[in-house]
Amino acid sequence: MEATQATPVKYDMDVVRWFTIMAVVYAVVGTLIGVYVASELAWPFLNFDIPEITFGRLRPLHTNAVIFAFGGCTLMATGYYMVQRTGGTRLWSNGLAWFTFWGWNLIIVLAVITLPLGMTQSKEYAELEWPIDILIAIVWVAFGLNHIMTNTIRKTSHIYVSNWFTMAMIVMIAYLHIVNSLAIPVSLTQSVSVFSGVQDAMVQWWWGHNAVGFYLTAGFLGIMYYFVPKQSGRPVFSYRLSVLHFWTLSFGYVWLGAHHLQYTALPDWTGSLGAAISLAMIIPSWGGAMNGMMTLSGAWDKLRTDYILRFLVTSLAFYAMSTFDGPVMAIKTVNALSHYTDWTVGHVHAGALGWMAMVSFGALYHMVKKLWNTEMYSDSLVNVHFWVALIGSVIYIVAMWVSGIMQGLMWRDYDEYGTLTYTFVETVSAMHPYYAMRAVGGAIFNLGTWIMLYNVVMTVRQANAARRVSAVPANA
Amino acid sequence: MSDHDKVYSTKLQDKIERNTLLMFVAVALAVAVGGIVEIVPLFYLPNTAMLGGDGTMNGTAHKDANGNVVASVVWKPQAGQTLEDWKPGDGVRPYKPLELAGRTVFIREGCYLCHSQMIRPFRDEKDRYGHYSIAEESMYDHPFQWGSKRTGPDLARVGGKYSDEWHRRHLKYPREVVPESVMPNYFFLEKKMVDPDQTIKTMEVMASMPFNPVPRDIYSASYIASAKAQVEGKTEMDAVIAFLQSLGNHVKFQEGVNYRD
Repeated sequence: MEATQATPVKYDMDVVRWFTIMAVVYAVVGTLIGVYVASELAWPFLNFDIPEITFGRLRPLHTNAVIFAFGGCTLMATGYYMVQRTGGTRLWSNGLAWFTFWGWNLIIVLAVITLPLGMTQSKEYAELEWPIDILIAIVWVAFGLNHIMTNTIRKTSHIYVSNWFTMAMIVMIAYLHIVNSLAIPVSLTQSVSVFSGVQDAMVQWWWGHNAVGFYLTAGFLGIMYYFVPKQSGRPVFSYRLSVLHFWTLSFGYVWLGAHHLQYTALPDWTGSLGAAISLAMIIPSWGGAMNGMMTLSGAWDKLRTDYILRFLVTSLAFYAMSTFDGPVMAIKTVNALSHYTDWTVGHVHAGALGWMAMVSFGALYHMVKKLWNTEMYSDSLVNVHFWVALIGSVIYIVAMWVSGIMQGLMWRDYDEYGTLTYTFVETVSAMHPYYAMRAVGGAIFNLGTWIMLYNVVMTVRQANAARRVSAVPANA
Repeated sequence: MSDHDKVYSTKLQDKIERNTLLMFVAVALAVAVGGIVEIVPLFYLPNTAMLGGDGTMNGTAHKDANGNVVASVVWKPQAGQTLEDWKPGDGVRPYKPLELAGRTVFIREGCYLCHSQMIRPFRDEKDRYGHYSIAEESMYDHPFQWGSKRTGPDLARVGGKYSDEWHRRHLKYPREVVPESVMPNYFFLEKKMVDPDQTIKTMEVMASMPFNPVPRDIYSASYIASAKAQVEGKTEMDAVIAFLQSLGNHVKFQEGVNYRD
């Protein structure tokens, strides 16, 4: 995968190191806010009568922190890392890469300030107000330009598959972000979407599902296609399958947004089309998951000793599971039950915790070792993190599946006299044990990120100390 | 033939993999199709509640069981009428100033994260919330507020269901009215006043939208000028209650008419 050259290339890895560290920090912060908002639903006194920390204002901060802060820093760290190493070249512009680092972190800081103040466009996962939206567009295009131009100056003949996926993510997110965020400002801190009603719903969920499909899937599949082979020391199972995986996913994922709007005022054909393509997407998704899994052919024994590989392989199992769960939920009869319930939340977190976060952790640990040219401070802590993350994810997902299906069934239940069996609020109180269980699952997952942060910080300190020692002249 | 010249897939795929620009263009085209097919028709096909440039709805005509077209469900003011002359059942209308101010607060507080405004055509939803929602009912909603999660009940037809006083008590301290509720306390809305200038600016923006703007014969210059007097001295609590009470009673639904065909 890497270019074989007479003289080793000097890569621009400082910016990658910083993105890596920030990704770990934001993993802690983002999931911590998640635990807090989950707890607010279980124990509402936690809103503490402070407007800035009420559920309605903090929930967007949680989603933005995990998607754009943790996910974004992971994607940019791995994006810059992979494009250099697979192309055997330095970045097209190291300065532009630093611009994206500071720009992206400025956006995150602005989100932390504005969202608790209630400055929002109310579009899920696109809440940030218009001045920040413009900043996002600029930084994103800078990242895209740098990535694509680095591909043009590669020393290898072909562009490696990971970079295809990153490129698809860059292009699609640019489309989505710009169209969905079109708004007319009322003031510096408030704007109104140019779309309304049916059109706005479709544009929003075209964005909403493809933020998942491209940002959280294509981008992380790029990570999978580089780090699974690297960590296992085996080539990708099938190159042809990866070609198929890439084009079917890029073309097909875009259509899925409509399945978020089944039985709404959106015309029937749009939702049905979204559902049909959703079902078809099981094929590329599972093809891709298989391609990653089978890469371990002949190296399965490494799972016993390589804890980083455990993260990567488990993430693929969750990827396969949630890409089955999703199409099932897109079917109209299932959606009639699942929509508006916690089943959706469970599905999202099967993807976000089990797939996206797990594959990120695997890639981040791998990069920490390479970037600081060292072993982990503690391999057993990596193992502890793995089990904590896995147990936390499973508790979270099971709680939401049970509560979602239960609430859906309670809403539609009729008694023998033909009247609704349950009032709405009875279904709310029935959710309490599951909301508590979800908060516990999330807290366990969050604990894992603290372990990771500690381990990474100690690893970097250890590496820096070792470098200082080796820098001392031999005769000193 | 060296290893680097060998084609492992197809000639086209190989060519794309060797050329960054070609790959960029191929990807940019591949990912554009789905969105175009699903979104663009919604701007001109019937039953998506899109006002044409001439102020008429795009072919949206609802028919009763005999195939006869029923009267439009969208309110149009007669000469000399203002929004204040509108009565429930007259048809879908834009928000009055205080309601619009309340909607801004509703969005700011993230209420849509737990309350949907989109009733689906199921028996239990009809019994619980009322008639299923139709496209016209959210045509003036920039942005839409359909929501995706019902941690609390749907609000699409909450207007008129409870008294203003019930809403006031419930919004301030929800658990005093509904002990099992998990909603935050919104007592602080009583302490904040509505900003008339912001309301007027929001009305201006709503009337200058590229898609589904509020018609100028409804948000006329004189009506917008009257907004200041309407919201002056009102709290955000008053505004949110006015907004909630305006939801869902615009259309007088008739038996046997399919409003979503």
